[in-house]
Amino acid sequence: MKYLFVFLFFTTSFIFSFQKDDPKTVNSTIKVSGVCEMCKSRIEKGTIKLKGVKYANWEIISNNLSLIYNSKKIKLDSIKKKIASLGHDTDKFKAPIDVYERLPECCHYKTLSIH
Amino acid sequence: MKINFFYFFLLLSFNSFAQELLTGKITFLSEKNQIIPLEGVNVYWKNSSVGTVSDKKGNYSIPYFKNSKILFFETLGFKKDSVFIDGTESYDHRMIEELDELDEVIISKRKNTIQKSYFKTQNIVNVSSEELLKAACCNVSESFETNPSIDVSYSNAITGVKQVRMLGLESPYLLITEENIPMVRGASQVYGLSFIPGPWVESMQITKGTGSVVNGFESISGQINIELKKPVNEAPIFINVFRSGMGRNEFNFHVNKKISSKINTIFLVHADNNSSIHDDNYDGFLDHPTFKGFNLFNRYQLTDLENGIVSFLGFRYMKNDKEAGEDAANLKLKRMAWISQINTDRFDSNFKLGYVNPNIPYQSIGFQMAYSSHNQNSFFGVRNYDIKQNSFYSSFLYNSIIGNTLNKFKAGLAFSYDDFEEFVDSNQINYNRIDKSIGSFFEYSYDNLEDLSLVAGIRYDIHNTLGSFFTPRLNLRYQPFDKSVFRFSIGSGRKASNIFSENQEIFSTGRTINLVNRNGNFYGLNPEKALNYGLSFRQGFNLNNQDGDITIDYYVTDFDNQIVVDWENQGELSFYNLDGKSYAKSFQIEVDYSISNNINFKSAFKNYNVKKQYNSGFKQNPLTPKNRFFMNIDFFSPKNDKGQQWKFDFTYNRVGKQRLPIHADQSLYMGWSPSYTLLNTQLTRVFSEKFEIYLGGENIGNYTQNNPILDSDNPFGTNFDSTLIFAPIIAPMLYIGVRLKL
Repeated sequence: MKYLFVFLFFTTSFIFSFQKDDPKTVNSTIKVSGVCEMCKSRIEKGTIKLKGVKYANWEIISNNLSLIYNSKKIKLDSIKKKIASLGHDTDKFKAPIDVYERLPECCHYKTLSIH
Repeated sequence: MKINFFYFFLLLSFNSFAQELLTGKITFLSEKNQIIPLEGVNVYWKNSSVGTVSDKKGNYSIPYFKNSKILFFETLGFKKDSVFIDGTESYDHRMIEELDELDEVIISKRKNTIQKSYFKTQNIVNVSSEELLKAACCNVSESFETNPSIDVSYSNAITGVKQVRMLGLESPYLLITEENIPMVRGASQVYGLSFIPGPWVESMQITKGTGSVVNGFESISGQINIELKKPVNEAPIFINVFRSGMGRNEFNFHVNKKISSKINTIFLVHADNNSSIHDDNYDGFLDHPTFKGFNLFNRYQLTDLENGIVSFLGFRYMKNDKEAGEDAANLKLKRMAWISQINTDRFDSNFKLGYVNPNIPYQSIGFQMAYSSHNQNSFFGVRNYDIKQNSFYSSFLYNSIIGNTLNKFKAGLAFSYDDFEEFVDSNQINYNRIDKSIGSFFEYSYDNLEDLSLVAGIRYDIHNTLGSFFTPRLNLRYQPFDKSVFRFSIGSGRKASNIFSENQEIFSTGRTINLVNRNGNFYGLNPEKALNYGLSFRQGFNLNNQDGDITIDYYVTDFDNQIVVDWENQGELSFYNLDGKSYAKSFQIEVDYSISNNINFKSAFKNYNVKKQYNSGFKQNPLTPKNRFFMNIDFFSPKNDKGQQWKFDFTYNRVGKQRLPIHADQSLYMGWSPSYTLLNTQLTRVFSEKFEIYLGGENIGNYTQNNPILDSDNPFGTNFDSTLIFAPIIAPMLYIGVRLKL
């Protein structure tokens, strides 16, 4: 009986993981303009806190944002829109100029070049 | 999608480290000798796409990239620099203006060798291999002298083995793992750390207080994890030779080979011996044992990044023979000499496999398996102690997320099997025991990427002799400001006490051993159980443009049951179950500060209040200093263009008075040992990246305990005792060593 308990304890924790085979889970990579570590932190934090986004990793050099999200809960366009609203251009949505102006010095990707 | 190598180590280390950032400030020296921040410097890891640019104030931060370790700094008008970075959290760089006639220079960075993080949820101190070099001699048990989180004490005057303590508790209450496989336990409890050669160690992680549930229920006051050298990261050949003034010789040889594009192997060879005889206190007993031994380790690493696989396979064998006691050749008395021999051999093998789903980087699986066979045959005068332990350990771990990567979890299963066979004391009483357990665990971690993170874990184990039980543990981190962090932890732990193996020094006495309460499962005793909780606060500061921090810790360990080892009556030693209260309260305040770019200063004050109920009353633990003061200063000269450098290290330890159990031969101390000072130092000359020589001294203040062996004239009598040791026995020891990397 108690062995069954150990087994159940373990398998229940797997239940969360079977979401991975869900066809709604989408992998996607998009371009997001940015320069530095501060940009990285803002882009990733802003994205991961959106409902439906499971994973976000932005690379400084390539400017690629790797995303894993649930397509039922969020559309790629709304993610891009959100990122643009934080001050970082995407292919489809551009950052509002006033937000861009307020970005920290190191994040001004329009004037600073990447490495 | 590119696989981040970082995830492998996250997985294989089975630890919940957040993504680490390397930060720092880039400056240059102007013609007027002013230090000016440099903006727009490209900072990137060698062979990677990870890079960043310094901001207006010269600050940069870059994700730590374990695969590379070489960081480039590059900007127009300055020399391109490459710097070796190994597990640091901050590194400030000085750029040098380009002068046409000079080529690229390589500047090697001196990092902070003990690192404490602001971001990790648990109170973990990382100790790099460079810190271990400061205590150049020779094995892991001797390498904590420069580390204020761990205290070192001497268990007896015969073997001279050093015992580590944390939060005022002895090493059996620590979970000591090697690459997250429980290692120093059971039969290897006393000598285990001394059987790991220092040069084999890549780094150590010291967790204060309750750690993770992933590695088991056995940790009570903390965990020490030892990461050994991995084939991929090492120099092709490494040679180290060491010789001390006390006749100790140590030899290390490492060779690293690439078998194919995915498979690397490393051979680690260690040999040591000491055949010289010293009796500087003229008590007829050798001041240190003579010994000879060797350790061999061969490990293989498979790295297949495309398929997300990293795997390790290792085989290891060690043998060590010690002889101590009276110097039979010079014994003038007409009786049998009191001699002790401790012969140990051990075989280990382990296998680890980690898999990261290349498409879903937050999902990973880890599997590990370890087998060991430990065999110790020993005698101490007419008393005998033999122990044989065969162990098998296996665990399976699954990492994933709940919803998004702010909410992670680990789930797993663990199985362990230990078979003990002991022959104890002069009448060779035979104790056999098999411990089997299967457990499952679940650990949830949350990080809001800003001021709050937590790790909450629970495990359920079914153990054939301990019973079935839950082990809950919680760690919380709150960081209200950039440089202020609070950490809180609470959790339980329990263990089956191997009373003879953990307290082997009892055989180097004439005391009669009493076992009381004879209805439990372990030698008639009950399992030990405790609750540990604590709070830690760390505040960083910047003074004169140099960084420093202050850490204040307070931890309490409350025992529900403990095996009381009672030394209170002369000529007797008793083991019994705790009947009443037992606690260990530890307070520590530590200050770390870089006095200048070349000088680091560390200082700590520790207060331990460790008390328990003995049959004779509620008393302070014997041989446990109530107060300790520690200070370490290390200096290193800047490297010149040939890579030459001086390094200097000095440690001051003030050890407060300790309660002594009553013994007629120690009555002059009136029950309390005097406080004393211990001084250690080391000087290293780096001749090039490949070659260095170091010179050092231990206990250079020359404080030794007079008369460490009580009733040494009568070693077969009941008053004979070599265990009431509160200070070093060996006078100043000088040593010299050489390191060669090819």
